Amino acid sequence: MSDLHAHSARYVRDSMLPPEAPPALESGAIKWLRENLFSGLLNSILTVLGLLTIAYLLKLALPWFLHGVWNANSLGECRQVIAANWGEGAHGACWAMIRERWNQFLFGFYPSSEYWRPILALLLLFLALAPVLFDEMSKKLMGAVAVVGVLVLWLSAYNGQWLPVGILVIIAGVTAFVGSRGRHWPQNLMWFSLVFPALAFWLLWGGTIWLPVMVMAGFIVGGIALRIATPMIGLMPALAFAVLAAFFWWYFAAGPATDALAAMSGRNQPFWLRRVNSDEFGGFVLAFTIGLSGIAISLPMGIVLALGRQSDMLLVKALCVGFIEFIRGVPLITLLFTASLLLNYFLPPGTNFDIILRVIIMVTLFSAAYIAEVIRGGLAALPRGQYEAADALGLDYWKAQRLIVMPQALKISIPGIVSSFIGLFKDTTLVVFVALLDPLKGITDAVRASIQWKGIYWEPYIFVGAIFFIICFSMSRYSMFLENKLKREHR
Amino acid sequence: MKKSVFLGTLAATALLAGFASAATLDDVKARGELVCGVNTGLVGFAAPDANGNWQGFDVAVCKAVAAAVLGDASKVKYVPTTGETRFTALASGEIDLLARNTTWTFSRDADLKFTFVGVNYYDGQGFMVRKDLGVSSAKELDGATVCIQTGTTTELNLADFFKVNNMTYQPVPINTNAEGEQQYLAGACDAYTTDASGLAATRAIFADPENHIILPEIISKEPLGPLVRHGDDQWADIARWTLNALIAAEEYGVTSANVEELAKGTNNPEINRMLGTEGDLGAMIGLDKDWAKRAIAASGNYGEIFAASIGESTPIGLARGLNAQWTQGGLLYTPPFR
Amino acid sequence: MALVADTPKESFRLGMLIYDTRYRSITIQIIVMVLFLLGLWWLLDNLFSNLATRGKDLSFSFLWNRAGYDINQTLIPYTNDDTHFRAMLVGLVNTILVAVLGCVAATVIGVMVGVLRLSKNWLVSKLMTVYVEMFRNVPVLLWILVAFAVFTEITPAPRDFKVTDEMVAAGVEPAASMVLFDSVAITNRGTFIPKALYERSLGEVIIGFLPISLNTIAVLAVLIGSAMGYRAIKRHATAVQEATGIRPKTWWKSLLTLVGPIVALLFALGFHLEIPTLGGFNFSGGTLVSNSLMALWLGLTLYTAAFIAEIVRAGIMAISKGQTEASYALGLRPGRTMSLVVLPQALRVIIPPLISQYLNLTKNSSLAIAVSYMDLRGTLGGITLNQTGRELESMLLLMLIYLALSLMISSAMNVYNNAVKLKER
Repeated sequence: MSDLHAHSARYVRDSMLPPEAPPALESGAIKWLRENLFSGLLNSILTVLGLLTIAYLLKLALPWFLHGVWNANSLGECRQVIAANWGEGAHGACWAMIRERWNQFLFGFYPSSEYWRPILALLLLFLALAPVLFDEMSKKLMGAVAVVGVLVLWLSAYNGQWLPVGILVIIAGVTAFVGSRGRHWPQNLMWFSLVFPALAFWLLWGGTIWLPVMVMAGFIVGGIALRIATPMIGLMPALAFAVLAAFFWWYFAAGPATDALAAMSGRNQPFWLRRVNSDEFGGFVLAFTIGLSGIAISLPMGIVLALGRQSDMLLVKALCVGFIEFIRGVPLITLLFTASLLLNYFLPPGTNFDIILRVIIMVTLFSAAYIAEVIRGGLAALPRGQYEAADALGLDYWKAQRLIVMPQALKISIPGIVSSFIGLFKDTTLVVFVALLDPLKGITDAVRASIQWKGIYWEPYIFVGAIFFIICFSMSRYSMFLENKLKREHR
Repeated sequence: MKKSVFLGTLAATALLAGFASAATLDDVKARGELVCGVNTGLVGFAAPDANGNWQGFDVAVCKAVAAAVLGDASKVKYVPTTGETRFTALASGEIDLLARNTTWTFSRDADLKFTFVGVNYYDGQGFMVRKDLGVSSAKELDGATVCIQTGTTTELNLADFFKVNNMTYQPVPINTNAEGEQQYLAGACDAYTTDASGLAATRAIFADPENHIILPEIISKEPLGPLVRHGDDQWADIARWTLNALIAAEEYGVTSANVEELAKGTNNPEINRMLGTEGDLGAMIGLDKDWAKRAIAASGNYGEIFAASIGESTPIGLARGLNAQWTQGGLLYTPPFR
Repeated sequence: MALVADTPKESFRLGMLIYDTRYRSITIQIIVMVLFLLGLWWLLDNLFSNLATRGKDLSFSFLWNRAGYDINQTLIPYTNDDTHFRAMLVGLVNTILVAVLGCVAATVIGVMVGVLRLSKNWLVSKLMTVYVEMFRNVPVLLWILVAFAVFTEITPAPRDFKVTDEMVAAGVEPAASMVLFDSVAITNRGTFIPKALYERSLGEVIIGFLPISLNTIAVLAVLIGSAMGYRAIKRHATAVQEATGIRPKTWWKSLLTLVGPIVALLFALGFHLEIPTLGGFNFSGGTLVSNSLMALWLGLTLYTAAFIAEIVRAGIMAISKGQTEASYALGLRPGRTMSLVVLPQALRVIIPPLISQYLNLTKNSSLAIAVSYMDLRGTLGGITLNQTGRELESMLLLMLIYLALSLMISSAMNVYNNAVKLKER
């Protein structure tokens, strides 16, 4: 066919023509516009509507943003500056308020000489999280740890405190020791993840260091009891024995030991930090304290509840289901009110403790129910074969859970856990309704109650909203990244 | 792994938990700190400044009690309470004393089981409206929209007032004074009702106070005072007589400036008894002789506290009115110190 | 060597309770039971000794006392002479109202945004992404507060609507005017909407303690009847189409069935709208939708819609591309493809998470406290609790009601979920 054609044709092109530029409508920006914005009547209308919306919003808000004032001592002064610069009747934002009250939004009424403590706790949190989130060494992790170290040094130098450096040196020393015993990086930091809660408690509330030390000692007592008793009486009774031992330690020994040690060490810095009362907590320090302790404590509770819900034992299952459904069925606000109004009714007469701790307890119960559901999802997503394989290997229930099921189920659940943490973190703003100073409404109202800043509405909302957005958005991106990574691994 | 956190917190909590016994005085002394329930923020009565130091008329009562009991007016832990949480906080022993402009009513005294130790401010519920509304009496408010703070006696008074006068109204409930101001200034309600002192405090810090008037009708009696739990009479006595000492000090001309000097002895036996130079009244309520001296020295006598926090020279600018001494036509009248 | 050895005679030993898996679960359950009962006993014992020291009792009789306070937004008749119980009902109805309004609006907006986010239009999809991320990552409390600030700060006051003779003479327009043919007034006190009134009443029936107008029942009955008639016509048309291949024209029959009876009924009852008018301090007539309700509704809707949009997007993306391509191959237009092929399949993926969003919205409606909307927490858990000092009873009741509400929503939605679920045979 082609031969025939070649013969019959008078002229056959033997060189390629240089490609023509595509028509103007099909190239460059115009093509992009045509394809992405005006590909049909409906799309064109949508585009125009979208543009109009943007224009309207900009017209509404842009002058206000552009007229913003950063230097003023009161709202009245702000308005004068705006009127002087942009003419009478111009509107503008008064960011000067944030400049002046910045510390209050971040720390509430935390004593300003002690600001380094919550900052240090936050920095150390990253170290404590490293072995939980990463299981192998990477350049990124190394960089992050280095950054944390440099920041701690800077904090130390800036505040003239040597305690942060001391803590860092101790961490490095113990980690190196654990590393030399054969645990590789970052798994040799795991001990610090376990110690961190006590350390953070001490840094945030202050007082004597022996209280958290003695509380941690209870776990060691329990661990030793377990180690000793297991070969003698078997795992289950040994576990009960260990719990009892730890309990006895806390109930009888910890208090006197703390007092004695505190009296010995006196009120000197490595053993004593200035005590900070819970009512001085506020702003983002409060939000982080409640959110992080809530999620950390609720994780093990959630695992237990999820396992209980899947259990074959009818009674255990019923209790777990009842608890989860009850907590998920009522709004967080009612639980917070319970913390502030009712919890005292259910504790021995005269018991009375801190409202922040009460709120943390309720928030923990709340988030445990949600985490339990997330983990149940993870357990359900695990192929049935994994359970059967564990059984076939002859592992008992706890061994199977610990070695086969949980590592996989938790990995699948991480994105869900992160998103319940985001939800919990956002919900910490509700503590304002039990008269705690959350950053969104508590601090904002306190600022507005002062004579200088009376009548300021949008600026604090925008500022606090922006901070929440940055934190939550980056966490949700991180969880998406994890999800993609997990998907790849499961392929 | 993080199980440690949970148990640790529980244990820490158990260690931190205080056990309140029947004698509040012993608890306070053992703790070395008075826990005082105050408003979450009402300018002039109780509000934290930028450094978190609480100041105001109600706060001064807490300071005086702390000074009398512990000898140091700064040994007070302030617990901000809302209209909803205040009574529970007191009943559960979370706070030792509630000084949060709380109205003394029959049911709060008898049914909620509290003891009001006196009145530190005689108040009444009033209305504030814009001048250009053209209203000069609360009786003309038929059909109006009224902003009202919830969780207080004011909403019941308001309902009663409109019912008695055969008028209708549209309530706009609000939670805090700050919200109420915002709503009122934005025009979301025609009238703002709360205690007259609160109205004055609110109006004082408007940009244009002259455009707002407080209507002459006072529709309720609101004796505001500090309160304690039923059942601990010694503690109630301490709070009651500390308040009385502040009021009596004004009557006898004892001020924070001259209290040290007068405590050396005067020719007025009543002052001598109060300040502990004669007899030992303090021992009768479980305190030492100088209790009243310290209470007065903490932030001055009643008149000084009033002038410094809500008086005419402050932005709030309240006149003494009913809260003047009985010798000056007011209602302040303390029983004798003997 | 005997292959079959006698199995040793089993005798029960105490250790078997722990070491024998047959008995262990029973042992554990008994221990759990004992611990649970001990804990419960401890809590109740504390509760009663606490009540005793405070001289209180556990009694719900306060619910039958006079409430004494007024509520600005009520759907059922209420005055301050009614009981606390009735105030609680008003609160419950208000909670349900905002939850229903919120769920409907959030679903509509969420589905729209979710679909638009997948649009090929670059600008629109980016705009929707911004919307979703912005609303998802900021506390809902902030959106409610912002919505409330918008309603109170930006909308005009009723007096701005006033037209005086001088203004008419000078030809000055009032500062604000009503919208939708002068029937709706949006003010900073709330939105006034026309109210439906009937000249002739069929009377009232009292169900429980709620008076329900027979007119409303009649209207509802006629509407349901019309809908059933419409479906019958459609079914008939389909039957004819299947038999003959030609679908008969039914639009006029449908129109008549749908519109005819209700118009006739409304005409017979003397239906008219009461338009709000400005008088005295405020608008009178019409129905007032308070700003707190509007703000709560808007805040909850926009926040939840962002989550629903993500759910819808995920649902649509879960449907394999082949379905869309097959539908195009059959000649269906993109709109029809979406509504006939993709969405019905995506629904199965969408509904379970949607249920939990509805539950979240209902529970978040308790944030009414931030804008003082008189929901269940505002009445029972707020003013009633405060005036009576019965925090224990009020809070328990409050939690029980919320729990019942949540369980009802989730069971209703589960029924629906089972109906649309892929039927496996």
